[in-house]
Amino acid sequence: MKGGLVWAVAARDLRAEARARVTTNQVLPFAGLVMVTFALALDREEVLQRTAGGLVWLATTFSLFVLVQRAFAIETADRALDALRVAGVDLGRVYLGKSIALMVQLFVLECVLVPVAVVLYRVRVDAPGAVLLVTTMICATTGLALVGTLYGGLTVGGAGRETLLPLLVLPVVAPVLIAATRATESALRSGGAAVSEGWAWVGLLAVFAAAFGIAGTLAFGALVDE
Amino acid sequence: MRGTGTATTRGIGVVALACMAWVVWGGLVATPRDVVQGDAVRIMYVHVPSAWVAYLAFVVTAVASAGLLFGPRRSLGFDRVAGASAEVGVLFMGLTLVTGSLWGRITWGEFWQWDPRLTTTAFLFVTYLGYLAVRGLDGAPEQRARRAAVVALLAVLEIPLVHFSVVLWRSLHQRASVLDPGGDVKLDDLMLFTLFVGVVAFTCLYTWLVLHRSRLAALVEVAGRGELDRAIAARRAEAGA
Repeated sequence: MKGGLVWAVAARDLRAEARARVTTNQVLPFAGLVMVTFALALDREEVLQRTAGGLVWLATTFSLFVLVQRAFAIETADRALDALRVAGVDLGRVYLGKSIALMVQLFVLECVLVPVAVVLYRVRVDAPGAVLLVTTMICATTGLALVGTLYGGLTVGGAGRETLLPLLVLPVVAPVLIAATRATESALRSGGAAVSEGWAWVGLLAVFAAAFGIAGTLAFGALVDE
Repeated sequence: MRGTGTATTRGIGVVALACMAWVVWGGLVATPRDVVQGDAVRIMYVHVPSAWVAYLAFVVTAVASAGLLFGPRRSLGFDRVAGASAEVGVLFMGLTLVTGSLWGRITWGEFWQWDPRLTTTAFLFVTYLGYLAVRGLDGAPEQRARRAAVVALLAVLEIPLVHFSVVLWRSLHQRASVLDPGGDVKLDDLMLFTLFVGVVAFTCLYTWLVLHRSRLAALVEVAGRGELDRAIAARRAEAGA
């Protein structure tokens, strides 16, 4: 039953999301709006085309903050996390379960943002680029979700903690932003980049996700423990 | 109530002051101008020691945090040292960034370059601002200490990853062209000696500040406890009267 806990928590978070539809009704439109706002700020088509990869990942990161706050709002609302703790479960597994649920939501979000970039920023994706792009999305999303959930644990309980989340998460996910942006640029051939250059960055993303997966499982309990 | 000074801190303070006096005189007057950089090279006597102290401070924070989490005696003293060291480290890291960009403005004509070391240092600075913010969160003392220690150790995991990715990022896009620190500076003996005295001076200052700051944190805790007792006693006296 021990492995079951991870999936049970992930399924619970996703079921809560399916009922409340916060991601689809609020976070997705927000991310789309961010993409439009980038176009307003950068103004020129060739600049947008060149920076499309980075803009997709910035929009994803901004959405991450909103999603993490939502993921922990459902824990505090009915003191669900306290109930789990009283049940004597391993918080490391709760962490993994919540990360998986967040990962799924972020991935769905990216699957919308990439076509938005194709339409708004006029980028092109071919078959080898698409393979690299999907692999990048999976690895980067894993890293983002693991870090977001880890520091999200700090925002549980106590007023005025929500504002702390971006300050803690942004420096940590900087490697993900850099690597995912470069890999996506390779996949989209922005600025004459080759697809082969992108795979080294995917390696970095995988190492990052593995490191924070292990560290997060160990550290999460200490961060949320009240 | 006793203060935070002892014979040790006074000794360290005197050494720090004496070394500082040497650095001021040596750095501004006695040492020669650099052939290439001119007087701008004098910033080095402040910049290099403050960068050294900043990194030292964060190593001390990490070690003290590990001591709190894994040590045989999980005393809150570790937490006070970790917090004091991080505060002083943030101060010196800010000083490093400011002196570095002043030097950059004179030498490169720009305050900032997206060089791997600069970028990593900026990220380290922000990371420890976050760490200090986490220390400010409420909770029981033991829990706050444990939480802060975990965040400090996560920062140790984060910084190499950030540095590695920034190095890779820059190397693929443009060769690190500008910053080759000390590469074209020929240091003569007096310059090296002044730099060394600067490092000693700043390390003494750091130690002095951390000792005082962590003792102050201990006194604040004691005072906080006493305050509660006094308030309870006052209410009881009111009820009795």
